[in-house]
Amino acid sequence: MSRRVVITGMGWITPLGHDIDGVWAKLLDGVSGVGPTTLFHAETFPTQFSAEVDGFDLSDFLGPRATEHAGASRNTQFALAAAHQAWESAGLSSVDGLESDRVGVYLGGGEGPLDFDSFSEAAVKAWVSDSPDGPHLDVTRWVEVARRILDATTELEQEPNLAAGHLAVHFNAGGPCFNTLTACAASTQAIGEASAIIRRGDADVIISGGAHTMIHPLGVTGFNRLTALSMRNDSCMTASRPFDRDRDGFVLGEGAGIVILEDEQHARDRGATILADVVGYGSTADAFRVTDIHEDGRGAIAAMRLAIEDAGLSPEQIDYISAHGTGTEENDKIESLAIRAVFGDRASQVPISSIKSMLGHLIAAAGVVEIITCVLAIRNGVVPPTINYREPDPRCDLDYVPNESRRIEVETALSNSFGFGGQNDALIVTAHQAR
Amino acid sequence: MTGERRVVVTGLGVVSPLGIGRESLWDGLMTGRSVIGPVKAFDSSNLQSCLGGEVAPFKISQFVPKSLRKNAKVMARDIELAVVAAYEAVKDAGLRTRCLIDRGEVEGPPNVDPTRFGANIGAGLICTDLDELASAFSTAVDENGDFSLAKWGRGGMENLTPLWLLRSLPNMLACHVTIVQNAQAPSNTLTCGEASSHLAIGEAFRSIARGAADVCICGGAESKINPMAMVREALLGRIDVESDERPESACRPFAADRAGTVCSEGGGLVTLEDLDHAKQRGARIYAELVGFGASANTHSWSEPDPDGKGIARAIRSALSDAGVGADDIDLIVTFGTGVADQDASEAAAFGGVFGRRLDSIPAIATKGSLGTNGAGSGALDFAVGVMSMVQNTVVPSRNTEHADRRFGFRFAHGDPVDARIGHLLTVGYTLGGGQNAAIVVRRVEE
Repeated sequence: MSRRVVITGMGWITPLGHDIDGVWAKLLDGVSGVGPTTLFHAETFPTQFSAEVDGFDLSDFLGPRATEHAGASRNTQFALAAAHQAWESAGLSSVDGLESDRVGVYLGGGEGPLDFDSFSEAAVKAWVSDSPDGPHLDVTRWVEVARRILDATTELEQEPNLAAGHLAVHFNAGGPCFNTLTACAASTQAIGEASAIIRRGDADVIISGGAHTMIHPLGVTGFNRLTALSMRNDSCMTASRPFDRDRDGFVLGEGAGIVILEDEQHARDRGATILADVVGYGSTADAFRVTDIHEDGRGAIAAMRLAIEDAGLSPEQIDYISAHGTGTEENDKIESLAIRAVFGDRASQVPISSIKSMLGHLIAAAGVVEIITCVLAIRNGVVPPTINYREPDPRCDLDYVPNESRRIEVETALSNSFGFGGQNDALIVTAHQAR
Repeated sequence: MTGERRVVVTGLGVVSPLGIGRESLWDGLMTGRSVIGPVKAFDSSNLQSCLGGEVAPFKISQFVPKSLRKNAKVMARDIELAVVAAYEAVKDAGLRTRCLIDRGEVEGPPNVDPTRFGANIGAGLICTDLDELASAFSTAVDENGDFSLAKWGRGGMENLTPLWLLRSLPNMLACHVTIVQNAQAPSNTLTCGEASSHLAIGEAFRSIARGAADVCICGGAESKINPMAMVREALLGRIDVESDERPESACRPFAADRAGTVCSEGGGLVTLEDLDHAKQRGARIYAELVGFGASANTHSWSEPDPDGKGIARAIRSALSDAGVGADDIDLIVTFGTGVADQDASEAAAFGGVFGRRLDSIPAIATKGSLGTNGAGSGALDFAVGVMSMVQNTVVPSRNTEHADRRFGFRFAHGDPVDARIGHLLTVGYTLGGGQNAAIVVRRVEE
């Protein structure tokens, strides 16, 4: 019999808080984690608000061991804290004889925040605006300034694979170690690919999920220039309104989520509590356009169908969909028609919600917090709402669980993550089927 | 493993300072051509080292269909390198993809189903075009000439091109490649520094073996030839800063007096394919991919392990996966960057796995020729290993004449060495972050 992959632990660091139960309660209450941006001075930016992680201190989670990770960038710290929660909740810290090379790490980890002050200082000092050759960058001057002010540790810790590196050391996880950065699909991709590793027998346990923060000057600049962010500065808590007719873009969030993926037999042998089964994963590339999603949603449709087929299920068996639902005009419209294409007439009976309405968009970490949400929905028989839903959009004509959470028995849930750049991932989790 | 399909190598797509295409890579290594010198792309004179390995200028329009030329305008250097490598990989494999058909370079209908054709492309942090960003920043300075975030938000940022972020995301290498080649199957972007190529090739191997795709172009691409990357690498202590006057001897893998590596650029994408799919379309098969192993360092994410335990673990895992022992390996493609403690760590790993037999196994180190280019390095090494296997020839390894004999590697110097290679082993690992990977490739008989 082929190996099955289960989830035995979960943890997250989010704009609504730092523990599974507390954040879940807020999601069910429809609480928004959005507010004015405080991590940098965004008062003059087109978008002046975001969903920030507040009151975070790594030592609250790692205790004195937090100092071992001095220099870790913000996203790595989030990952460590979320992983600590997940590891503890999985009961792994009290397991004897856990073999290091059978424990791996697979993250969808974002790059650490750029040292913006140093970077902008060097750039401005090296810019020559009046010169017979026209305005240009004096590279030697830039190098001179950069060499003086950049810090080696900060530069190293920015690399996207460093969070995985910290986790491998902290948890003595010497097995396969990967980091993917397929934009907004990254942590769903990480969980899907990690599941394949366990299924094959190349690891028994994998610390998986993602972490990201792009709430910094260049991150917000980049998304504002793409007109991807909501600019509803006068009403920021209502700005994230996936599927609503008046949606105007996503709200940038930050944070991390970690799930402990485990071989089912390994979990049973050590008496672990199994939270859910990972049963299907589908991944495709749009191969269409650099800036636009394929208008028929072909990539998303294929990813969902592949996941359902991989799970050995049919669309009728999906009880809940955690949408990618960013709140951009394009994604929400195309995701809706893709769901309609996969689910046919039954599409309007499948409850769909987007927790990005409350947490904002955690970019590389979005997928994992949505998977965690699916597991919680399954275990608690209730699905969170899509808040800020006021005006239906005729092009988005499905049931988005508007504004209020809903009691539903959920046995099987599907989560979608579609990344900038045309990466489409879909993952299916079910209530644990004891065999 | 039962139930898994067999995976073969049907194409090698490479771009490096030795040129575009596998033949120029091969010829350049065989003749020991020196292509490391003071960087020409920009004034590198006050960097810690001015040396680099640069890819000679090329026209990206020659590697994409006419209809997609406008996409080329939003391709950062790293993306261009991936697109070039992809073109070479599919062409070398005899795949009739959208790109080659639209360019009129092949006759006949597509011979690969787009929904069964994927890309797994390792990438690094794309260093933004400094000129472009500085130009925009310069519109947001205050009366003291200092950058003003307030002015930037208020309007300075309007001077930055709208698609700026899309040029800088690491997954845009795979995005552009999948568009140009019409590859819609499972794809990925691994960002694990210098281990990215090996990890991408290994993951693609698994993906095809379990039936999730039939063809995958995999590897990585990166350019370190820009001021930011070069300052960074030197700041992190990885660069040979003593050889500016003697560029031909900068980067001496495993040498007793090794003093660091040289920044470079390039990319490699290997065409991996399901064996039956390859046979059905009459593809030329280079070799078979039979083993992959990966590991993480558990003692440190920033320093290499003097005992090389993590690298050794990846090697043993790959050997076991291939169902072979250390005694079955006839060629070792080392990673050898020339960074002192990294080379020592790798040597300890090989010593631990191969013991006294190590000095009788032919070995290759390419970075004395190519320098280190981050996410693309491993794929170039893989391609060189496979070509050696096919040609029954071990290429010489530049700048290994004074390799520390205690390490026990058997490099060829000056002249190539004839060798019949049944199995080769290639390794890759990050210089920071602690990821390690190893791959075993087996000869296919004619």
